[in-house]
Amino acid sequence: MNRLAVVDALLQPERCSDWPASRWDAAIRQARSSRLLPSLAARFEADQLPDLPAVRRAFATATVSGTATATRMRWELDQLVPALQRAGVRPLILKGAAYLAAGLPASRGRLFSDIDLLVPRARLAAVEDSLRFAGYVSTHLDNYDQRYYRQWMHELPPLQHMQRLITLDVHHNILPLTARAKPDADKLLAGAVPVAGTPFWTLQPADLLLHSICHLFYDGEWDHALRDLWDIHQLLQHFGREPSFWLELPARAAALDLARPLAYALATVQQVFDTVIPAATSDACAAALPAHADAMLALFQAALRPVNPSCRRQRDDLARFAVFVRGHYLRMPLHLLLPHLLRKALRRDDEDDAADRPAPAREQ
Amino acid sequence: MTLGSLRYREFRRRLAEGLVLGLPPYRIHVRSPLPRVAEGLYALYRDYPIYPDETCPDYRVALDMPPWRRWLRPQVQFLFDGFTPFKPLPADQAHAMFEWGINWCIGNHDHTRVIVHAAVLERGGRALILPGVPGAGKSTLTAALCQEGFRLLSDELCLIDPDNLHITPVPRPVSLKNASIPLIQQRYPTAVFSEPANDTLKGTVAHMQPPADAVQRAFEPAAPGLIVFPRYIAGHATDWQPLERHLAVLHSVEQSFNYNLHGPRGFDTLVALAKASHCHRLHYSQLDEAIPLLQAKLDHWTPPTAEDAA
Repeated sequence: MNRLAVVDALLQPERCSDWPASRWDAAIRQARSSRLLPSLAARFEADQLPDLPAVRRAFATATVSGTATATRMRWELDQLVPALQRAGVRPLILKGAAYLAAGLPASRGRLFSDIDLLVPRARLAAVEDSLRFAGYVSTHLDNYDQRYYRQWMHELPPLQHMQRLITLDVHHNILPLTARAKPDADKLLAGAVPVAGTPFWTLQPADLLLHSICHLFYDGEWDHALRDLWDIHQLLQHFGREPSFWLELPARAAALDLARPLAYALATVQQVFDTVIPAATSDACAAALPAHADAMLALFQAALRPVNPSCRRQRDDLARFAVFVRGHYLRMPLHLLLPHLLRKALRRDDEDDAADRPAPAREQ
Repeated sequence: MTLGSLRYREFRRRLAEGLVLGLPPYRIHVRSPLPRVAEGLYALYRDYPIYPDETCPDYRVALDMPPWRRWLRPQVQFLFDGFTPFKPLPADQAHAMFEWGINWCIGNHDHTRVIVHAAVLERGGRALILPGVPGAGKSTLTAALCQEGFRLLSDELCLIDPDNLHITPVPRPVSLKNASIPLIQQRYPTAVFSEPANDTLKGTVAHMQPPADAVQRAFEPAAPGLIVFPRYIAGHATDWQPLERHLAVLHSVEQSFNYNLHGPRGFDTLVALAKASHCHRLHYSQLDEAIPLLQAKLDHWTPPTAEDAA
């Protein structure tokens, strides 16, 4: 299969020197629409860039954005520590924030705007109180939304700082309470590890990976799926330097009820990024795949492609829609999901308007 | 090859397919089937280069009608490589939306420079930077200055190179609003304007073609000269006051698109720019007084001394 320009560039920066301008163009466009441009820029040395002003500008711009995200997020993370300690919980961070604090390769150039926390469910009220005292307040004020999150989800309604507008997702689990898979939050908390040299904690390597996998292979939002898969590739490469990681991974996934998402993720990341995965691990995971796995993998492959005119195919839109439906189906039983979607569809969209305005200057 | 060397029908056909337009220092792939956009570009961008399609452009933009709003109260939407950053506008604002959209592209997707929302003109190699508070009359003054001995670098975007404080030109049409449109049209009867767009968020908006030398010299940067915060006040006598440097920096920060992303480098750049410039406030009501004053200030420009910087 003809590989996407952005995938080629991510994997082999040293092989791009003879690219025509059109291929650079495609790589930049695909990276930008997958929110991967700063990650891509971080892979290149200055002397590997072509003599095309637009390419150099795009990469230099992305580097500024990536650095600004890291600087801002490091500072925002520090602001959280007193509020969490006051509530008597460890500052346990997930996803982008965790990669950044731990200095993982996956954090290089990674754009993110929300901070994800994990706290014991029993401490949720105390944490919410303490965060509110520190200026983080609930954004979803509608009674229905509040009930939706608190009764069915694995997190509080998103909190936002009143002045700085940073968003916090306070989780008590990594999947909704209504989801078919039921990871045991106590196991996640028990396995948490401190981030050396910082006041933060995060999930142990296998759990950090499995959480990243949940976000893609147990969810329906695939607009930036390639970025999420690139995270998974980088986490595997990094943690996989330790042979015991590969040995323990399948059992850990089974213990957290995530064997199938892991199997899908390993097969997909191998197809897309040529990730080196020991055969023993692949084989151990393959048992969790259903009979129709090949069709599912083809669907994921299509849905992963960047949403960009440079690589647009009609069947990718269908695949993304199918994955979207699947995500909802996995996360909520139909007797809850259908009334919920109906309610969302019929609601006046006044409050969604704010999201449609011209994007603020800072994101990109 | 310049855009004006194409016949209008040929240009319109190529624009509908998409063509690479040089808006120095950028190259932008523009696609639009809309006559309103074609007419606006053909009137205002005749002197700009067009490039073969094989180049790698900085940005890809399109202006098109959403399929469901072609006939009934037609609308236009701006696409940035397939993504719509704005809500659609009434179709007669299509060309104005192109101009606003390009400003958005640069402000959000060029962080190689510190960008301040300001008009920039040049005389004798020195930049006159006019940071814009909305309603201050910055565009009117800019339109007049670029017809009277100043070279236009930009009417919206001051691109500052952090390494050497050079201001990079982005010469583009000057946006004028409401009463400024007839004022400038009467003052400079030969100036070329786009068809005005009525009832925009800013009232009536029209764009004035930049003078030819602004486009021809688009690759010549300017060195810091003056930072002037203008304010048009009807009936007010011309009032030229020095502005303390720290205030000039703070106001520039407020008007910057990407200061927050540059960290210490952004701060250092804006401080160094203010130190290399004379900073002033200008209240005026008469262009015939304000323009000669600004000409004289740049013609007799001397580097700021340590005392100025205090």
